[in-house]
Amino acid sequence: MDRHRRALTPAERATRAATVAIPVAFLALFFAWPLVAILRRSLVVDGALDVPLDVLTASSTREIAWFTLWQATVSTVLTLLAGLPLAWALSRFSFRGRSLVEALVLVPFVLPTVVVATAFVALLPDGIEHTVWAILLAHVFFNVAVVVRIVGAYWGALDARLWDAAATLGAGPAQRQLRLTLPLLAPALASAASIAFLFCFTSFGVILVLGGIRYATLETEIYNQAARLFDLRTAAALALLQLAAVAAVVTVSGVLERRLGGARRAGRRPPRPRHGERVAVAAVVVVSLGLLALPPLALVVRSLQVSGGYGLRHFASLAETTPALLVSPWHAVLNSLLFATAATAIALGVGVPAAIAVARGSRGLDVTLMLPLGASAAMLGFGFLLAFDRAPLDLRSSLAIVPLAQALVATPFVVRSLVPALRARDPRLPEAAAVLGASPAQVRREIELPLVARPLAVAAGLAFAVALGEFGATVFVFRADWPTVPVAIFRFLGRPGADNVGTAMALCVVLMALVVAASLVSQRGLGRSAR
Amino acid sequence: MRLALEHVDVTLDGAGIVDDVSLEVAAGERLALLGPSGAGKSTLLRVLAGLERPSSGRVLVDGADVTALPAHRRGIGLVFQDAALFPHRTVAENVGFGPKVAGLPRGEQGARVEEALALVGLAHAGDRDVTTLSGGEAQRIALARALAPRPSALLLDEPLGALDGPLRLRLQEDLRELFERLSLTVVHVTHDVGEAFALGDRVAILRGGRVAQVAPPETLWAHPADDWVARFLGMRNVARDGDRATVTRPDAVRIGPGTGATVVSADRDGPFVRLRVRRDDGVELDAVSLGEAPEPGDVVAVEIEPTGVLEVPVWRGPLDSPASQG
Repeated sequence: MDRHRRALTPAERATRAATVAIPVAFLALFFAWPLVAILRRSLVVDGALDVPLDVLTASSTREIAWFTLWQATVSTVLTLLAGLPLAWALSRFSFRGRSLVEALVLVPFVLPTVVVATAFVALLPDGIEHTVWAILLAHVFFNVAVVVRIVGAYWGALDARLWDAAATLGAGPAQRQLRLTLPLLAPALASAASIAFLFCFTSFGVILVLGGIRYATLETEIYNQAARLFDLRTAAALALLQLAAVAAVVTVSGVLERRLGGARRAGRRPPRPRHGERVAVAAVVVVSLGLLALPPLALVVRSLQVSGGYGLRHFASLAETTPALLVSPWHAVLNSLLFATAATAIALGVGVPAAIAVARGSRGLDVTLMLPLGASAAMLGFGFLLAFDRAPLDLRSSLAIVPLAQALVATPFVVRSLVPALRARDPRLPEAAAVLGASPAQVRREIELPLVARPLAVAAGLAFAVALGEFGATVFVFRADWPTVPVAIFRFLGRPGADNVGTAMALCVVLMALVVAASLVSQRGLGRSAR
Repeated sequence: MRLALEHVDVTLDGAGIVDDVSLEVAAGERLALLGPSGAGKSTLLRVLAGLERPSSGRVLVDGADVTALPAHRRGIGLVFQDAALFPHRTVAENVGFGPKVAGLPRGEQGARVEEALALVGLAHAGDRDVTTLSGGEAQRIALARALAPRPSALLLDEPLGALDGPLRLRLQEDLRELFERLSLTVVHVTHDVGEAFALGDRVAILRGGRVAQVAPPETLWAHPADDWVARFLGMRNVARDGDRATVTRPDAVRIGPGTGATVVSADRDGPFVRLRVRRDDGVELDAVSLGEAPEPGDVVAVEIEPTGVLEVPVWRGPLDSPASQG
């Protein structure tokens, strides 16, 4: 077939330039500049280079770095073990309710970290809720979706006849798994593992809530030093270390993902499970879903538990102003909705042009845009704190700083969910419309917009959910009289008394409902135009 | 509607796709653009439709220069390869798209949709989801969609390319009948010689972005411009001798009882059998036989009708054989 690429008109060239310029400018100002501020604060003293060797080599730093590394490694291994059976069941077989199960498995991934951590506080008996086990379990809960998504998609796209061929060549069941399944899945396993590792390595909310005073990772220690002890030099030095570690992990993960190749599509519908398989698939699905449902259920139950029975008192108390916050918890909910709306608008404003540019083939931008995803949230928050504290960009007391930070975290999700849809567009459809007499404006309104409406809604819902739950960056930059829900939950958990814990649980239930509603509405609400 | 291209060049990414092409299509005439992949056929179609701006040259409609006129103001219909239906709209909404953006009253829009659907023989398909259509149905709907705004010229890009077998032949018949009924000016791109000959009053053969020959099918068959064209049209009995080539049309090769040649292969193709024979002097020839056909290994006599032997120039361009381009 002939290849068609027209010469561009000046207007089109300007639009193209804008799709690159807008995201690049945003990232330069709100991502690169804060990172530079961290580097400057950690490496420069009185205008001279001064590497903070004392902080970097201190035994406390070594201990924290070691804990960060091993908890992430163990979390990742456990996540793989927990996710593989589900990936197998969902990708190799079709059964009634499969798509529902797939959707449910993804729910933990969109839940805010603070909510997940609080759910484990609710679930685990007193005594282990603040142990390393709680941290590991919470990480597994979170990242199972990553394994199911990445490994499952890859597994499902593999031709089932490969196993049949191996069987006819004399390979038994065990040999088939060892010599065929494992090597075939290796790239997907590596990619999923690297992403899960990254999330666990930079985990913030979970460690802060569940680790208590005993356990700290580089990420939470940056917060402790900066926000609690006001030792900005130590915080910056730790951030430097974190930056180097994250850069290394992101690089490895990027290489692994590229090796995985682009999105694959399953060639055919997988078969229904037979005989023994049916039992195995049912067991895997029921047990996995049951385990995944436990923490949120525990959260709901605890939010309803009042002294001497069950009731709605914790929810009623959300309207009361408390010493824990300067405002009532309901105010925090309103703040969160407001900030998340603004953050979604910003994330779309940056992410849509960026996705258009990436879909067009701007590889460099693709990598650049994913950086904020890798750079940990707390590091971004700390960078904001350091970068925007003086004119001309003194945003310390500005309310805009919260949605800006949240948008930075949400933008990669917008880009990621839009790019495949944009790439899949058929370039002939706008042409077909033009030939039928539609003006460029009509083409956009009648053809291009409706075709991306659903992915756009999904991206917006995802950005909104991410912004609602954002904690790591927000906790550095929020204003005490304008707390968000995750910040409020953290505050309540940090105060003694069963009532405070109960209020935190109730707030978690509200936030969980909002986040799940946002992602559901965005995916189902546009059912008609979704075809 | 009269269409013309004048000295059209198209350069994409620095590479010349179309090189100094001039073509005319009279009102009501049907021109087939025939050529191997990459010859620039589809690009020419896009230039006519207004989807591609030529890097130089002019596009004329009824004598007026429309080179700078965008696609949506040209009033020329285009049927895309593989239909390119709008997936988010029903069949009726697809077909009604042109009348709708033209701002016709609602009633008139509906009438146009019914009329166009009836023309392609799918009068009751309006409510269907386009994703449920078969390949042949999708192509018919694409045709109906292009006809609904009542264009005075229709362009078709490999309209039968995705179809095969009997379905292809039937749609080809339907297209021919429809073109005659509507007396449309038609430009139709194909790489299939049979389709070009069946649907084109004239056929323009493109080779490497240039026009190799434009003529009615009979003339093309009788007088191919050079040995490349002869081979592209399916004549395999080409013997080069310096600057001239001798082309023996397969229908001029008569096989009968006797001696002098051996049958190399005999392949049935529907009602006829394509034969390849080797004469005792070593020359291999293609022949066509209706009915009783000899089998490979049989010894036969070969007779050549002198009117079927043509002398043509040898093509010494970059594309030495038609197959090297595909």
